[in-house]
Amino acid sequence: MTKLKESKSYKVFKVVNTILMILISAATLYPFLYLVAQSFSSEAAIYAGKVTILPVDFTASTYLSVLSKGEFILYYKNTILYTIFGTIISVMLTAMLAYPLSKPKLRLNKYIAPFIIFTMYFGGGLIPNFVLMNKLGLRNTVAAFVIPGLISTYYVLLMRSFFAGMSSEIEEAAEIDGLGKGGVFFKIILPLSKPILATMTLFYGAGYWSNWFSAFLYLDDKSKWPVAYYLRQIILGATTTSEVGANDAASAQIAANIRSCSMVLMVIPLLIVYPFVQRYFVQGMMLGGVKE
Amino acid sequence: MGERKKKMSSAKHNQPLMAHIRKYWQLYLFMLIPIVYFVVFRYLPMFGSAIAFRKYRAGSSLFGDRYVGLRYFEQFIRDQSFWRAFRNTLTLNLSYLTVRFPLTLIFALLLNEIRKLHWKKFVQTVSYLPHFISMVVIAGMVKEIVSANGPINQLVKFFGGDPITFMSAQEWFPTIFITSGVWQALGWGTIMYLAAISSINPSLYEAAKMDGANKFQQALYITVPCILPTITTLLILDIGGLVGSGAAFEKVFLLYNSMIYESSDIVSTFVYRMGVGSSNYSYATAVGLFEGMINLVLLTVANKLSKKVSGSGLW
Repeated sequence: MTKLKESKSYKVFKVVNTILMILISAATLYPFLYLVAQSFSSEAAIYAGKVTILPVDFTASTYLSVLSKGEFILYYKNTILYTIFGTIISVMLTAMLAYPLSKPKLRLNKYIAPFIIFTMYFGGGLIPNFVLMNKLGLRNTVAAFVIPGLISTYYVLLMRSFFAGMSSEIEEAAEIDGLGKGGVFFKIILPLSKPILATMTLFYGAGYWSNWFSAFLYLDDKSKWPVAYYLRQIILGATTTSEVGANDAASAQIAANIRSCSMVLMVIPLLIVYPFVQRYFVQGMMLGGVKE
Repeated sequence: MGERKKKMSSAKHNQPLMAHIRKYWQLYLFMLIPIVYFVVFRYLPMFGSAIAFRKYRAGSSLFGDRYVGLRYFEQFIRDQSFWRAFRNTLTLNLSYLTVRFPLTLIFALLLNEIRKLHWKKFVQTVSYLPHFISMVVIAGMVKEIVSANGPINQLVKFFGGDPITFMSAQEWFPTIFITSGVWQALGWGTIMYLAAISSINPSLYEAAKMDGANKFQQALYITVPCILPTITTLLILDIGGLVGSGAAFEKVFLLYNSMIYESSDIVSTFVYRMGVGSSNYSYATAVGLFEGMINLVLLTVANKLSKKVSGSGLW
């Protein structure tokens, strides 16, 4: 009798849980759908508040006008370039630090590891970093954009846990076969580390793709801007007209199309790459964990 | 003869370490560039915080040029806008943590109850996604959704209310901050919990079933206690960040404006305006250093407490 009752309440729970999960997924996706809807709607429809989830007065002209603007294409190209360039260096350097750190036989690790990990809990702060970058003459260079996030301590630790979990027998066998320690790393370890490399590529790549703040601090030269910084400029422009004053509503609404459209264009590459890498990073994070 | 002997003994003294490095030189070489990076771009700025105690002018060295003691600290302690920023940082972070932390745990437990694998994967994929979206886009989305003719105000109008100018109303900022934060972090926050849950020994559940425990009891008496170390670790990290900015800086910086400083200005945005904005480098560095020290202390205390209570900590 009680057993039947239990399974009944569990059935109820399962239904409620499913509904809850549907609601959460819908709430997560809604803002994206809203942006897409706005980007394909006419200015008038947005202005009248008709757009809620589907495009109203469907038009693709916003995309055409944004993509025909030379500056948007330039910023987009910059972002692609910075992301590829930055991600390759970041993943390489992170692996080159994490791999030796995963070897307990390296005696100096007991000094190097705390030295690296401490930076997770304490840092110089915004201004000393800003002063340093300027003193080094990195202002207006791509280096200023890439350097602040070049190596993430947290990612080093994630990668270290991955390497630590690999069997050392293969390495020993390879060493006996005459491969040096460096050869083992490049020829044996890296090819076996695809899950963590894919994870790191996504994490660092998304970081560079998203970064507007370094550009804001260091890139005065407009032709070097990444698209994220351009977005920041047009979104900030929105504060001054539509939200605050609202007396220039018409021109602010023209921007609403363009804003949404630019945001959609910025998110799309991530949406394409993300599902492929997702299974790797769940695996990678599970092996990792925050614990030092 | 005597000299030779001396040389040999010193060589012998150094031998273990030198031989060790020689044996593993390739591995140590790998670490060289990353370590140089940490020295220059992580540790040098820490020492650059010296300008909190020294006057810094354009053209001074990285460490400023004249020692002025605690002058800048005294200045910001007397500054009302600093305290406003400090208060906002604490209240925003604390209320965000209070809302997000339990929700994340509950969401993880609920995800864990999904039996259909494809459905579970779908919910996970969708809910992790916002973690990877640029804060610029998040801020843009927030502004579109709460704008004068956006969906929220459509709802307000539907129920007969007057449209609200959310972005210039200071009483709305905490709600916007917390809601958008939960939206972005809820799914990602479950990863660690799900990882911990997946490593629980299934025989525990078997035994509980034999003893007649239902699903709710199993979650309460097996799952939660088993992932307690993970819960504590994540809580410590969060507590350590209570006064810090983390991701909050970008979001606040992109969403606030001078009309709503009263409820939105946080320490890191204050540091930005004082430092980069008005070139009071020393003053801003002093504030930043103060923030960093408090964080370090909070983290240490939380870690000690957690070690005492649950036996596990960050270090």
